[in-house]
Amino acid sequence: MSSSETMSVEEQLAAGQTEDGIVRAADGTPLKARLAKALRREKLRSFLMISPLLLFIVLSFLMPIGDMLLRSVENKIVQNTLPTVVQELERWDPASEELPDEATFAALATDLKIAVKERIHTRLGSRLNYEQSGFSGLFRSTGRAVRKMEEGPYKEQFIKADEDWGKLQTWVVLDSFKAPYTAGYFLNAVDAENTVDGVQMKAENERIYIQLFIRTMWMSLAITFMCLLLGYPVAYLLAHLPARTSNMLMILVLLPFWTSLLVRTSAWKVLLQGQGVINDLLVWVGFVDDADRLVLINNQTGTIIAMTHILLPFMILPLYSVMKTISPTYVRAAKSMGANDWTSFWKVYFPQSVPGIGAGAILVFILAIGYYITPALVGGTSGIFISNRIAFHISTSLNWGLAAALGAILLVLVLLLFYVYDKIVGIDNVKLG
Amino acid sequence: MSNTRGASVVFDGVQKSYDGENLVVKNLNLDIAHGEFLTMLGPSGSGKTTCLMMLAGFEPATHGEIYLNGNPINNVPPHKRGIGMVFQNYALFPHMSVAENLAFPLKVRGMGKAESEERINRALDMVELGAFGSRRPAQLSGGQQQRVAVARALVFDPELVLMDEPLGALDKQLREQMQYEIKHIHDNLGVTVVYVTHDQTEALTMSDRVAVFNDGIIQQLSPPDVLYESPDNSFVAQFIGENNKLAGSVVEIGKGVCTVKLDDGTIVQADPVNVHNVGDRTSVSLRPERIEVAPDNSPDNLVDGKIEEMIYLGDHIRVRMNVAGNNEFIVKVRNRRDKRPISAGDVVKVGWDAADAKALDEAI
Repeated sequence: MSSSETMSVEEQLAAGQTEDGIVRAADGTPLKARLAKALRREKLRSFLMISPLLLFIVLSFLMPIGDMLLRSVENKIVQNTLPTVVQELERWDPASEELPDEATFAALATDLKIAVKERIHTRLGSRLNYEQSGFSGLFRSTGRAVRKMEEGPYKEQFIKADEDWGKLQTWVVLDSFKAPYTAGYFLNAVDAENTVDGVQMKAENERIYIQLFIRTMWMSLAITFMCLLLGYPVAYLLAHLPARTSNMLMILVLLPFWTSLLVRTSAWKVLLQGQGVINDLLVWVGFVDDADRLVLINNQTGTIIAMTHILLPFMILPLYSVMKTISPTYVRAAKSMGANDWTSFWKVYFPQSVPGIGAGAILVFILAIGYYITPALVGGTSGIFISNRIAFHISTSLNWGLAAALGAILLVLVLLLFYVYDKIVGIDNVKLG
Repeated sequence: MSNTRGASVVFDGVQKSYDGENLVVKNLNLDIAHGEFLTMLGPSGSGKTTCLMMLAGFEPATHGEIYLNGNPINNVPPHKRGIGMVFQNYALFPHMSVAENLAFPLKVRGMGKAESEERINRALDMVELGAFGSRRPAQLSGGQQQRVAVARALVFDPELVLMDEPLGALDKQLREQMQYEIKHIHDNLGVTVVYVTHDQTEALTMSDRVAVFNDGIIQQLSPPDVLYESPDNSFVAQFIGENNKLAGSVVEIGKGVCTVKLDDGTIVQADPVNVHNVGDRTSVSLRPERIEVAPDNSPDNLVDGKIEEMIYLGDHIRVRMNVAGNNEFIVKVRNRRDKRPISAGDVVKVGWDAADAKALDEAI
């Protein structure tokens, strides 16, 4: 007889045993369900506690960003302005290499007349102008002509009003942007375009964004590397000097943190410019000839110098907090076993500080890749980042769709790098304190 | 101590100060013989760990010289001293496996792979962890980490091994077991061991000699039994084992025996250890197990004591009494079948021999 058979039912229940193998609570309900119920109240309470913040984030952050990102593919303007033309174009095949038929031109006249009345035709003109220059003028001039157009046939009248209507490319562009959603902004963001022969890279001299992305990446890498090089010894001192001295040093590290970003960047302008402090000093010492002073600003050098300085604390602080936890006895142990200063540092101390390097590097890199103010002020034309271009499209050219596409690509790139980083270093290895 | 494998160490007039105002170690003179197991015992802040760090080379001596095998080592950097060391929290490298930890001292010495593997296996077998070479330190229990630390300190065959409170983080049972294991390893290998602890049991069970530190000075340097039975001063008497203190003044002093008048007027006979003149204040030290309740024979001292409290501890009964005005007077009564029953509140005779009562300097 096994022990479970000798037990009464109450005893079995009390011990949490049943014949079917499901562990049950004293009242017979499965223990798992019981536990979930007991924890539900806890979970609900936690959720209620974070819900104001969640709501705030969703409303003020996630929704606007989602809306902005949607703009990178949204393209309802063609459909809204020229609804009948879009319908007529369904029948047209761009590969036929012939202009659309008379019905399409008639539809164009109908739609444009309404659009002109509502004064929205120029808006469509500037939208399509992003894809091919000339559209803005085309719609403005056609807008004036269409009011005086006579009844039928419209094809010749339009071509007379502006000969671009007789070009196949004009209709290809119109056709490829008739859908409510478009990849056009994204193509543009990677220096490609939609032509009669499908998606193609733009002409060599018109490509800017890919180059800008690459530049943003390598300069961010350079800045991260510089921060690590300069920050590691400082973090080491911070972690291992006596408390009084290290507190003093910590204040020096944090001081730039408390100073306005603009002030610091402007200070670099003063220091780095041709007639600035650094060049004056070098000329005075005799390292540099007065005639060819170093160009330290309004180029990549300027951006790297200023941003390294600005982002340095973001490298030092995670490094410091990790180094603080590395007991000095490890290095002592290494030395007692016969390792010299360098070996005990490199084989014993350094590997244990890698999580700090990981945290600092990822923090600096991500901050750098999206940096805007400093490159704008000291970067000139060769030292600007992709974010400066995004800002340009948001506030100057008002091409929000392209700005959104560039931003989305940047976001995906960062997430991709995160993934690669996780594979190599491991996010678990990143310690911020 | 006839073994010649271990190194000898000499501290010659060593002083150490961290701030230039206070001496942490005051004029330390200490000879450690080849193959000796010497323990530095003392409360925290007594300077024992500082001495160890000076010997290891992590702290420079402010004054004086330290000799290893007769050679001065003040200017030898730690990694060239060839001293094995076991740290308080083991200091096993967390990013290396156990075998890599053990390989570290061999690798920095440029030892070949075959030989170093053989040595690592031998060292791991010595601490009975042969199968654990590929584990990370974090995957081991505290006791296992401890053994790895010992193995790592010994794997490169040092002549001298320093241990800085190596058992402090272990629970009581494991600590006792490790005490024996370390002792056996010492006996088998014949290396010199300098061991730092604040645990007197550890010091007594393991050491050839114990140096009791207090206030930067060695209070006594003796084998464990001498330390316990003939303390040089009241600090040592109090620090090592349990101890009853009776304060009084010397009224008569002779050869090997003196008469002390305790503060409540009781006259007792004691062994004058460091009282020299009639009238000296003294603290008479008595071990609880050397006192007899209602003795059958007639000991040198016999006084009245009132039983305040009795605690049953199985093998003995711990009796707290009021004797000569001291109501923290502890007597250990052996748990014997034929013993006359006593209970709290009784007034009984307690007695002890003069040789077991040490008249020491006045306790602080």
